[in-house]
Amino acid sequence: MMQMTGADLIVKLLERQGIRTIAGVPGGAALPMYDALSKSEQIHHVLCRHEQGAGFIAQGMARVSGRPEVCLASSGPGATNLITAIADAKLDSIPIIALTGQVPLSMIGTDAFQEVDTYGLTIPITKHNFLVRSAKELLTAIPAAFRIAMSDRPGPVLVDVPKDVQNQMVSFEEYPDVVVPDAAPTFDIGAVEEIARMIEAAERPVLYLGGGVIHSGASQLAVTLAEQASLPTTMTLMALGAMPMDHPLSLGMLGMHGARYTNYVLEEADLLICVGARFDDRAIGKTAEFCPNAKIVHIDIDRSELHKVKTAHVAIAGDVGQVLSELLPRVKPQLRKRWLSHVESLKSRFPLAMPGVDNPRSPYGLIHAVANCLDDSAIITSDVGQHQMWVAQAYPFRRARQWLNSGGLGTMGFGFPAAIGAALAEPERTVVCFSGDGSLKMNIQEMATAAQENANVKIVLFNNQSLGLVHQQQNLFYGKRIMASRYERPTDFLKIAEGFGMRAVDLDPAPNPRAVLAEALNTPGPCLIHATIDPNEFVYPMVPPGAANSEMIG
Amino acid sequence: MSEQNSNFSEYIPDVPEHTGFKKVVLELAVANHPGVMSHICGLFARRAFNVEGILCMPVGSGETSRIWLLIFEDERLEKMIRQVEKLEDVLYVKQHDGEHPVFGRLDEFFK
Repeated sequence: MMQMTGADLIVKLLERQGIRTIAGVPGGAALPMYDALSKSEQIHHVLCRHEQGAGFIAQGMARVSGRPEVCLASSGPGATNLITAIADAKLDSIPIIALTGQVPLSMIGTDAFQEVDTYGLTIPITKHNFLVRSAKELLTAIPAAFRIAMSDRPGPVLVDVPKDVQNQMVSFEEYPDVVVPDAAPTFDIGAVEEIARMIEAAERPVLYLGGGVIHSGASQLAVTLAEQASLPTTMTLMALGAMPMDHPLSLGMLGMHGARYTNYVLEEADLLICVGARFDDRAIGKTAEFCPNAKIVHIDIDRSELHKVKTAHVAIAGDVGQVLSELLPRVKPQLRKRWLSHVESLKSRFPLAMPGVDNPRSPYGLIHAVANCLDDSAIITSDVGQHQMWVAQAYPFRRARQWLNSGGLGTMGFGFPAAIGAALAEPERTVVCFSGDGSLKMNIQEMATAAQENANVKIVLFNNQSLGLVHQQQNLFYGKRIMASRYERPTDFLKIAEGFGMRAVDLDPAPNPRAVLAEALNTPGPCLIHATIDPNEFVYPMVPPGAANSEMIG
Repeated sequence: MSEQNSNFSEYIPDVPEHTGFKKVVLELAVANHPGVMSHICGLFARRAFNVEGILCMPVGSGETSRIWLLIFEDERLEKMIRQVEKLEDVLYVKQHDGEHPVFGRLDEFFK
């Protein structure tokens, strides 16, 4: 018979589940859990400067490892500060466990100090959530949280634990088993055979890969399918890296900021094979005009995604890796010379224009200069905005989980703490966070965390002293009326970084920016690399929001 | 950028009419604990999917509950059901026609 407090039990269950790092911020209602953590020899706690930073650090760890990671916060403002990071994890299907302290059970509903309805607030932004009402319930709730977070389509799970439940003694015979993901749903082989026949019969097929391919660990299978059936392959923002960007069948990213030829190829497709993607509006533009001539095959583990936006001719609810494994032996090798040479001709007529690619003081040039200093082992994160789209278009991603970014929620402030998480999870790698001056300021306090952990994170800051994508949209769609998208007063980011104990280098005054960049990227430890960017550099092409992908500007 | 681009504009779609007049009854088996109803109602409310009637009682030992929902036929119904089925606490969802007797004799309590 074992006896311990709820808080000690939580820490033990996390240890047994393999958790070695937790990001969090303490506070009154979480103190018993922090006391329990002080006794743990296995778990390293990373003290963040804001709970949102803790949420994104957990996400960064989970995005590189593919397994659930944990963030911890107190009640009230601690919990509300976590919310953005939880919602972000929901939209990108990232397995994180958010543990929050709560006021004691007897005080719930009394507007107690630092009380907020964390359970109610997080219902629509979690895959599932728990308000634990006794220490005994932790024996089922914590393992269930892990199981739910990593099974089927992954997602965030929140466990809210009142302070008295943390202190309550619980006795039990033995620990619950360490949980593993549930088996994926079974699927109909007949439908797989039908897909194989459709691929064989198609003249102009396109393979469309989404983040589900990354989650399922199915990139290699997807590339093999493309090669076997000669399928030109486009990737969503979430799937970049699933097929190497320099692969001859790669069409790069589709959608709002995809290359012209990519969207034109989709326009001509007679079969679209969607694997682990969800027809997001930023990817497909106006729904009715996306792939107007194509039959649609949709493979996704989440049944509710099938037929949600586009009605599929054949749909399979299943793990994309398992479905592709069944599909591959049934697909006949084909060369498709005519279609592939047509795709080639579209590519040479309407390529992605990358002006300034040879100039490291321009957006594309800086991205290429960074890539030239790194190999495929580096992890790349980005914040949200113009820099994110430039990186998505131009960085030579070559492996799954190389690229971490906030796709669904589009959270400015994601990139830097996620990079810290990635560096904590895989300390042997170099992690580069591309950021903008707007985004970086949203979680800039985590510079202190990066310095404290000596995380091998390099921020490459594209500073255009504006909210670039807003500025761009006001220029293009709102009659050039620039409202609230230019920062009137410059910020000295170098001083800020140094003030937090981070090294900082400035490419602006450097006679040889490539050399400064290479030195900074190759020196271990956190570093800010600052570069001024012209605010009138726009991301092109651009599909106006709500328009068809064929109506690109630029 | 040239002036012509100021001609481009954002296209924001109108809210389509979804709801019909035919009624449908949904039967849900759910885990019985505080918060389940919130999860379910939140899904409908977010999509402005009108729920006309709700009945809920525990079943057997009280481990699970049965929820009956009376709703108007809606072109999004099938998608809605798939979202409800995804909830961890929902064990199954069955669809019945609007004439199902469960809401039949309630009129006298709503006068």
